[in-house]
This record gives sequence, structure tokens and C-alpha cells, in this order.
Amino acid sequence: MPAFPDAARAALADTQLRHNLAHATRTIRDKRAGVVAEVPEWEELRLAGAAVKDRALHDLEAQLLRLEETLVAHGATVHWARDAAEANAVVVDVARAHGVDEVVKVKSMATQEIGLNEALAEAGVAAWETDLAELIVQLGDDLPSHILVPAIHRNRAEIREIFLRRMAQVGRPAPTDLTDEPAVLAEAAREHLREKFLRATMAVSGANFAVAETGTLVVLESEGNGRMCLTLPEVLVSVVGIEKVVPTWAELDPLLRLLPRSSTGERMNPYTSTWSGVSSGDGPQEVHVVLLDNGRTRALADAVGRQALRCIRCSACLNVCPVYERVGGHAYGSVYPGPIGAILNPLLRGTGDPQTDSLPFASSLCGACFEACPVRIDIPEVLVHLRSRVVDGHRGDRVPKPEALAMRAASYVFGDHRRLAAVERTSGLAGRVLRKLGRKTLPGGRPAVEHLPGPAAAWTGARDLATPPEESFRTWWDRTDGGRR
Amino acid sequence: MRVALMVTCVNDAMFPETGKAVVTLLRRLGVDVEFPAGQTCCGQPMVNTGYLDEAVPAVRAFTAAFAEYDAIVAPSGSCAGSARHQHALVARRSGDRTLEEAVAGTSPKVHELSEFLVDVLGATDVGAYFPHRVTYHPTCHSLRMLGVGDRPRRLLEQVRGLELVDLTSADECCGFGGTFAMKNADTSVAMGSDKARHVRDTGAEVLVAGDNSCLMHIGGLLSRQRSGVRVMHLAEVLAGTER
Repeated sequence: MPAFPDAARAALADTQLRHNLAHATRTIRDKRAGVVAEVPEWEELRLAGAAVKDRALHDLEAQLLRLEETLVAHGATVHWARDAAEANAVVVDVARAHGVDEVVKVKSMATQEIGLNEALAEAGVAAWETDLAELIVQLGDDLPSHILVPAIHRNRAEIREIFLRRMAQVGRPAPTDLTDEPAVLAEAAREHLREKFLRATMAVSGANFAVAETGTLVVLESEGNGRMCLTLPEVLVSVVGIEKVVPTWAELDPLLRLLPRSSTGERMNPYTSTWSGVSSGDGPQEVHVVLLDNGRTRALADAVGRQALRCIRCSACLNVCPVYERVGGHAYGSVYPGPIGAILNPLLRGTGDPQTDSLPFASSLCGACFEACPVRIDIPEVLVHLRSRVVDGHRGDRVPKPEALAMRAASYVFGDHRRLAAVERTSGLAGRVLRKLGRKTLPGGRPAVEHLPGPAAAWTGARDLATPPEESFRTWWDRTDGGRR
Repeated sequence: MRVALMVTCVNDAMFPETGKAVVTLLRRLGVDVEFPAGQTCCGQPMVNTGYLDEAVPAVRAFTAAFAEYDAIVAPSGSCAGSARHQHALVARRSGDRTLEEAVAGTSPKVHELSEFLVDVLGATDVGAYFPHRVTYHPTCHSLRMLGVGDRPRRLLEQVRGLELVDLTSADECCGFGGTFAMKNADTSVAMGSDKARHVRDTGAEVLVAGDNSCLMHIGGLLSRQRSGVRVMHLAEVLAGTER
């Protein structure tokens, strides 16, 4: 995966993508703003939601052991997975033990993060996504580009084409008279998936929350496909990130109120499913829970960054982010795109790789994400912190980057006003030269340049630049005694 | 009350007219503003690029220059926000307790211009005259880091002759973002181009904001597009009078 600036450049060139994204994010953004404004105690709710998650994270080991205990008491089998390979191996083993060659899946970020579908395919097991948008992504042999709306980059004409081309190869074909009406497309997906729901004997899910006190897993969804997977098959495996734990049932309350309004812009999500281990004669009779680390303890060890583990995957930060709106999700090179992806990926994977190292810089630090976050993750603060981690990682380089040299020079100049004044005299001189070379003036009469060489060309590629004035403010102040002479 | 002007390095080196406008404006309102010569930069360019150690000398110069003043006024939401919220971070990391204490003394005294005018001086009518059609862009850091709210608008609404028109998606970032404009130049330009289009759609003659760095970016795009729209700092509009 290329570093963010390069991936973004390619995405920016796709005008259809930019159009689809701008339209979709604006629609969700406006809907969210409307339903959030209905809740007068929204700020208190945000604080409460953040507090619940913090309480669990500060006491994570005890909460997880409690969760294991209650799950086991309810007849579930608990597995601990340090990384993607361990988690995938558990799911593959369960599938093998039951001799299944296909599983149905509830939409889950954790299983995408670990590449479960690919691992199952390698073991000869087909994994069918049952969430409509995930189905579109899977059939299109595509990558998700949004946490909540994974196919946000596709328009309905593209979806019709994907359904017609691919459904027949993997199951019930799309009707030949398929149109691109949303209701018609949804009906085709429903018919296609029904066959799989009725046939599959094993399901795989994630969980939005895991309640330690009661050993309850919780999934919120809009379509009901998840509930089909959680009730019809005989075997269920749930892959749950360890940060999903919530201490008590009562503490779900603020989170269940924050999530639907922040994510889909709904007052309440249509389906909330909860399950606690095995219920005799009802639903799956064998339940496995995989508690997944995969970098989460690494993130937890970062005093500033650990707040990112509060994330409830609502995607509100994506929908308000002006960077995401223009480049889309693929540029982030992960299933976690947008502002949260820009901090979560370096925290989970660690810094030091050029791609993850580029992510903390993929932001103008405008702060819209922090404002929208229902659990008050100060994303700009974490971005700056991670930038410093990236920079610190290069402090021992034998050949420093030009940027590092520039920052060291700036540090020297800004350490003393006399040095700054000397630099300003040089820039005034440069301004005089540039004014002779350039012929452009800005509205209002100020001279400007259109083309600069070297790194400055990144600026003048699309922007004119006012030339430096002959006299700095401080020189003027000294010369005129602050305008009194 | 001793009031100091924190002119900011960008204004000092690139936009001295803004600093002069603040001086004119504050004197008109009866404030004998001083310019502490020892000031350099708030350190934000280094902090926001991840070079926290490199920001220490700037923060040190800042606390030394402004320690003795009662109020520090900056014509920049971004730099005021940095001085108020980032200096503690830099000082803490430096491990220098004396610097931490010095920062605790200066940071709370920093005001962005519109905050100083409205909250400290209690003025919304500053006696300005500017007979033009104007639209206003609230810069991200003044909006979200400082929470200046509608103070700049309340000041502009009192300017005689000024017609204030609404800007579509005003709260959205222009895409400048300091070194973001260079490191992610393509994305920055894509964001700025949409902002420039919204500005042109207002039919305003002048785009006003409280941060010259954002205006340098949007203005650079507006100029390249030959839009004819002029960009001006809030201080320059508020400093204008009939004669």
C-alpha cells in the first residue's frame, strides 16, 4: 500500500468517487446533526460514554477475566488470540471440527482487520458476507472504504452491474430484469442471501460491546441479517476486540444511545441483538468467543493514544472529515479509514513503516472529528502526539530528512528575535527580487509569484503566493516607534 | 492593564499590515498596546509537524517576552490557540520545571483579537467603516480550539457600510493546515478549491478571516483562478474608518 499522499493523489483524480463521497457524507452528516440536536444532554452523554469505556480500559485485565468467567458459565468457549494468525486459526479449527465448507458472516470490523475471509478461503471455507454493503464489496472483489457504509464509493449503477455479473457465480443469480432502483437491488440481495442463511450451519460475528458482568455480547445493525446469522446456524464464533468490554449491563445505556445517532443518524437502530453463551434448544448450540488483542495492548500502553480504544466504530469522524470526504477510505490503506484510522492504525501496528507513518499527517488538524466523536476521542491531540513519535523515530538517522533540517533551522531562528529579524531582512530582499521577476498582483494590489522552484513548488502548483514585504512588522515598529514617528 | 501585541511570525514577516491594523484599532479604543521585541513564534509549525523538542526555544522566547504583561493579543486564532493549549505540552516534554511554570503564567493571558475586543474591552462597535460586500470564513482553530463563536461576526455586523453575506459550508476547513499544505498538497488544494468556489458563489468582493495563513492559502487559489476576490484580515477591516 502506498503512503497516504500518493494514494490520495490517485483517489483525487477519480471524480466519480469524489462526487459519490461528497453526496453520501453530506447526507449522513446532516442527518446526524439533526438527531444529535434533539438531545439536550448530548454533552453529558458523551462524557458518560467516554467514562464507561475508560473505566473498562483502566481495569482491562480484571474486566476481561470477569467476561471470560461469565461467558464460560453460560456455556461458551473462550479463546484468547494475541494476533490475527491466532484468531484466524481458532475460527478455521472450529470450521474444520464441524466439517463445514461455508460460513455466514455478520458485518464485523475485527474479522476484516485480521483478514478472516482470506484465511478461511485458504482453508477451503467460503465466508459469505450478509450485510448488504459488505456483500457489494465482497461480490465486487473490492475493499471497504467506510466503517459504516463500506460500499460508499459505489453508486447504484455500479452495484447493479456487480450483482448481475457476480451473484450467479456464487449462488442464486440476480434476476435478469434487475434495475438500479435501491428497493430492487435490496430485494435481489435478500433473495440471494436467504439461500445461504437457510443452508449454513456455522456463523461468524463480531460484537459492538461485550458485557463483563453478564457475559453478554451485543450487536447493533440496521438490516436484520446479523440476527439471522445469530439465530439460524448451529455453531457461532464471535471475534471480539478486547477493547469492546463494558463492565456492567447498566453501563451500556449511554453507549446504546450515542451509537445510532452518531453513526446512521437514527434515534434508535432497528436491531439490537444480545446473546449470552448457549440457550438450550434455541439458537446456536455451540458458541465460541475469540478475544482479540492484535495490537490493542500496544495501543493501551500509549498514554496519549489509548483514548482511541474508546472508539465505538460509529464513523461520525469520517463523515465530518474534509480530508476523508475528498480522498475516500482506500487511501488510508486499512479497514479503519478517516481520522480514527489515521490514529488507530499507527497505534495498533506501531510506527516505523512508511505507510502507517504517513497517516498521522493525513489531517489538517481542523478538529471537526473531535467535535463529532460521541466518546470524546481528542483525535487532533493524538495525531500530533503520533507525529512526534514518527519524528522521534528518525532522530537517530545518519542522514536527516530535509524537513528535519528545516525544523532545526527554524528552532534556531525562533530561539532569538535578533536571528528572526536577520532572516526577515533576507526575506525582504528576496521579496524585492521576486517582485522584479513576477508580474502578477493579487486583488488589492499586492505583488505575487506564480512559480517557485524546489519544495516551494508544492505550494505554487495551484496557489499564487504573495511576495514578502520589504519591511517586517518589527522593523516598522523600530523605525517609527510603533507608528508614532 | 499592560497589553502586548503578539504579532505572530507569519504576520511579522509576511503580513505586517495586519499588525499595524491591530495597533491602530487598539489605540483608537484607548489601549496603549506594546510590542515586546523579544517575541519570535508560538512554535506551532514545529509542534504540529511533530518536532516537539524543536519548539522549545520558541516557547522559551515567548514566555520571556510576554511574562510581564496582563493581556496578550494575537491577530490569529491558530497562534493564540497554540500558545494557550500547546505550550504546556512542549514545556512538559522538555522536563524544564521553570519553563512549565512560565507557561502556566503566560498561556491563560493569550487572547485572539475578537475575544480581546468583545470579552476584555466589551466592544462590538469599534467605530469602523468599510463599504464593501464581505463574506466571513471562521478558521478552524478559532472556531474549535478557542471557541470564539460569533464574536467576529458581531464585530463585522457593526461595521458601517459593510454588507455581510453568508458563506456556504463556512465551518469546513480550507485545507491549509500548516505543513499539511505541503505534505499533502493535492488534498489541501482539493479542499481549498471547494472553499474558493463557495467564496466566489457569495458574490462578495472581500473574504475576511482572523488568520492570515488560511487567507494566504484561499487567497492564493482565488488569485490563480482570477476570481478578483480580495482577502483581508479581520483586523484590517475593523481598523478602517471613514477618513
